[in-house]
Amino acid sequence: MRAALFVPCYVDQLWPRAALAAVRVLESHGVEVVFPEDQTCCGQPMSNAGLAAAAEPLARRFLEVFGGFEAVVCPSGSCTSMVRNHYDAFLAGAPGFEKLKARTFELCEFLVDVLGVRGARGRFPHKVALHQSCHGLRELGLGVPSERLLPRTNKVDALLRTLGGIDLVPLARPDECCGFGGTFAVAEEAVSVLMGKDRIEDHTRAGAEIVTATDVSCLMHLEGVARRERRPLRFMHVAEVLAEALA
Amino acid sequence: MTGARATGGHPAAAAEFVANEPRARWHDQALWFVRDKRDRAASLVPDWERLRDAAAAIRAHSRGRLADLLEEFEAKAVACGAKVHWAADAAEHNAIVHRLLSERGVRRVVKSKSMLTEECGLNEYLGARGIEVVDTDLGERIVQLAGEPPSHIIFPAIHKKREEIGALFHEKLGTAEGLADPKALTEAARGHLRERFLAAEAGITGVNFAVAETGGVVVCTNEGNADMGTSLPRLHIACMGVEKIVPRLEHLAVLLRLLARSATGQPITTYTSHFQGPMEGGELHVVIVDNGRSALLADPSVRGALACIRCGACMNTCPVFRRSGGYSYGWVVPGPIGSILASARDPAAHATLPFASTLCGSCDAICPVKIDLHGELLVQRRTLAARGLVSPGKRLGMRLVAFVLAHRALYEAAGRLLRLALRRLPRSLLYGPWNVWGRRRELPAPPEESFRETWRRTRGARG
Amino acid sequence: MDSRRRILDALRAASPPAPRAPDLSGVGVRWDDPVKKLSEMVLAVAGRLVRVPDAAALPAAVAALASEVGAAQVASAVEGVPGTVDLSRAKDAHALEGLGLAVLPGAFAVAENGAVWVRGETFRPRGAFVIAEHLALVVPASEVVHDLHEAYRRIVLDGAGFGTFIAGPSKTADIEQALVIGAHGARSCTLFLVG
Repeated sequence: MRAALFVPCYVDQLWPRAALAAVRVLESHGVEVVFPEDQTCCGQPMSNAGLAAAAEPLARRFLEVFGGFEAVVCPSGSCTSMVRNHYDAFLAGAPGFEKLKARTFELCEFLVDVLGVRGARGRFPHKVALHQSCHGLRELGLGVPSERLLPRTNKVDALLRTLGGIDLVPLARPDECCGFGGTFAVAEEAVSVLMGKDRIEDHTRAGAEIVTATDVSCLMHLEGVARRERRPLRFMHVAEVLAEALA
Repeated sequence: MTGARATGGHPAAAAEFVANEPRARWHDQALWFVRDKRDRAASLVPDWERLRDAAAAIRAHSRGRLADLLEEFEAKAVACGAKVHWAADAAEHNAIVHRLLSERGVRRVVKSKSMLTEECGLNEYLGARGIEVVDTDLGERIVQLAGEPPSHIIFPAIHKKREEIGALFHEKLGTAEGLADPKALTEAARGHLRERFLAAEAGITGVNFAVAETGGVVVCTNEGNADMGTSLPRLHIACMGVEKIVPRLEHLAVLLRLLARSATGQPITTYTSHFQGPMEGGELHVVIVDNGRSALLADPSVRGALACIRCGACMNTCPVFRRSGGYSYGWVVPGPIGSILASARDPAAHATLPFASTLCGSCDAICPVKIDLHGELLVQRRTLAARGLVSPGKRLGMRLVAFVLAHRALYEAAGRLLRLALRRLPRSLLYGPWNVWGRRRELPAPPEESFRETWRRTRGARG
Repeated sequence: MDSRRRILDALRAASPPAPRAPDLSGVGVRWDDPVKKLSEMVLAVAGRLVRVPDAAALPAAVAALASEVGAAQVASAVEGVPGTVDLSRAKDAHALEGLGLAVLPGAFAVAENGAVWVRGETFRPRGAFVIAEHLALVVPASEVVHDLHEAYRRIVLDGAGFGTFIAGPSKTADIEQALVIGAHGARSCTLFLVG
């Protein structure tokens, strides 16, 4: 199986280890990974700012760059959701768009739903808090959110739980938003930071050493808060956890 | 009104709220507690998700037939002996209510909770014309005595601590100084409000639901204040928005099974009263109000919001609302639903509200009638941007970033520059006043290479 | 053009196509033991459920309640249960201010939420159910429905009248979320399930 790696712009520039880890994990499952270099950004920041006109060219570019691939895999729930759930406004009717939507996956759902991985291999003997990044959880359905009265399944949790020695610590609020929210992090800085602090407090009280998530945006924000507060927490993208376990 | 209406919109008001961090955390915990109660109540209902589907369908169906349903309701209500009035806007609503009261020489009115009457500014209108309106819901009475608006549609005084309420009651009701026990304070309010009920000449209520099939209006309370207020005075005025209409009793069952559980975590409110016309020797007047609702209905991007049954669950689950409080929204209905309704009505006045959200989607998942709340918030952002209501600075900044991102070479160069700046700039410069992110957070540690640089170096320029 | 016309025209012009009203056969809940569920839920709404073997035992049960709550005066709209206040003589609810205990007939009780449907035509004056310091509702044990859907199938609201679901005593949590029983209405609510 050949998959094109879609690396979010901020992962590419500021947290490349998540994408590097994603490559290692995919290759460990026999996937041939290609990286189309013309990719830049999915346009989510512009779209979330309400600036549809600024986002549209980026959506078209995305379709051009990734349109021909059998699968597109992305280590980010929110960027994947942008393509599957929010590109309709820009690309509805465009040739190849429906195929693109059907073939674009977040990393964990690709592993579980496409590759049929039932549990990750290797050891990761640490106390880990799984932060449920909102878009992956609620827009992509990576798990069932706590608001719903349905059996609480979760693809990310299912992958991590089988790692040898891992202790996924239970949180007081299992899926409260971290407070990043894109430009919200700056426009509503006060609330954003308080939300981040409260998540970190929850993780700390639960005894976590490491906080993991499917979205680097959440991790950058939480790590930023934690480092300013001099908390000893470490932050790793799920791909990094899986890759380290394999090593 | 304080808070967001003043200056700076939601961000400024929220920053002020958060500045008192222990207090903000206390408010957050109080509302999370309600969210938790809702979860417990919902978990006891085996068909909860099917109920939500049915409720959403009922509201969508009703939305397409509002005029027919309201006409049916009117005919039936009149047959029960009620009088039905129609108000195109808030001013007309207030004038109608005032006329009904003044024609009968009414000076003392008791009112149970009605967000519609808040929206229309009824209390102020009547007060200016010599008619005293006493809000009888305990939370509403508290904020009324304090001269404040409600901060939550279900728990109007949730932002107040017991000591503050105690001090207020000491000043206004003559309770003992330092008395802060909720039971004792409630007992004091019971006595104080009972006097008002007994002396009232008219009772004004909202309408939780109006049923077209029966011509009746349904009012739900836990305290019994709507029932006290409509069984003592002979004149009952019930104010309802056009979207409150429900076709049949069987639909009412669905909505009532969801309402209290979503609002407070109770299986049902203490009293769910069905008024089919006036009581013996009395009068019932139903005032049907548009006030911008037909305009919302006409707009496909926000009409879903008219399904709202005013349960408040979206406020309780919203991590932003919990940490900014109702006053940060500057409108009678705050939180996710309020942000949509307010910005749809008056985009310029409420331009910051659709952005007072991380679009986390918790509200959608909890809404008993499955409104696409975060989806409508996002569309509102587009509407605001299209109307030029997004700040020029932000607009320009985003356009610039979009331009850079549309050109690979520029993007890569910008990325290298960013990482260089993060590595090389002295901390004092990097964390200067311009750096809003950096006020209370560290910036990410810059990697030596971007992912693509590493990829190229290790795998050759393929792809 | 008057406002009524304007509003109706505006709503008609703005209306999207109405999808069908949903088929409600998929919702609803049935309990194995509705009376047991009812008992649980009456407690959950801070009410009290008392089983009375038959109608003959009711007056004594009510008298015991009146004594327990210290009700100097009792008003009853339930046949066979005497009161000290004649409701038919009360001009209006004002006359009932200070009434210790009101005893009213309930048409049926709802297991899913502990509520009792009380029909307006079975008592007067209107305010009797909310102004009394304490409330007792009398329901035949055979009249327990599973859920609110079943309840509304039984309810007839044809023409003028009044009906209310009463679930426990008056209550509020408006002060720091602390639950306080007895806001404006009854301070206690006892459901006598007879038979």
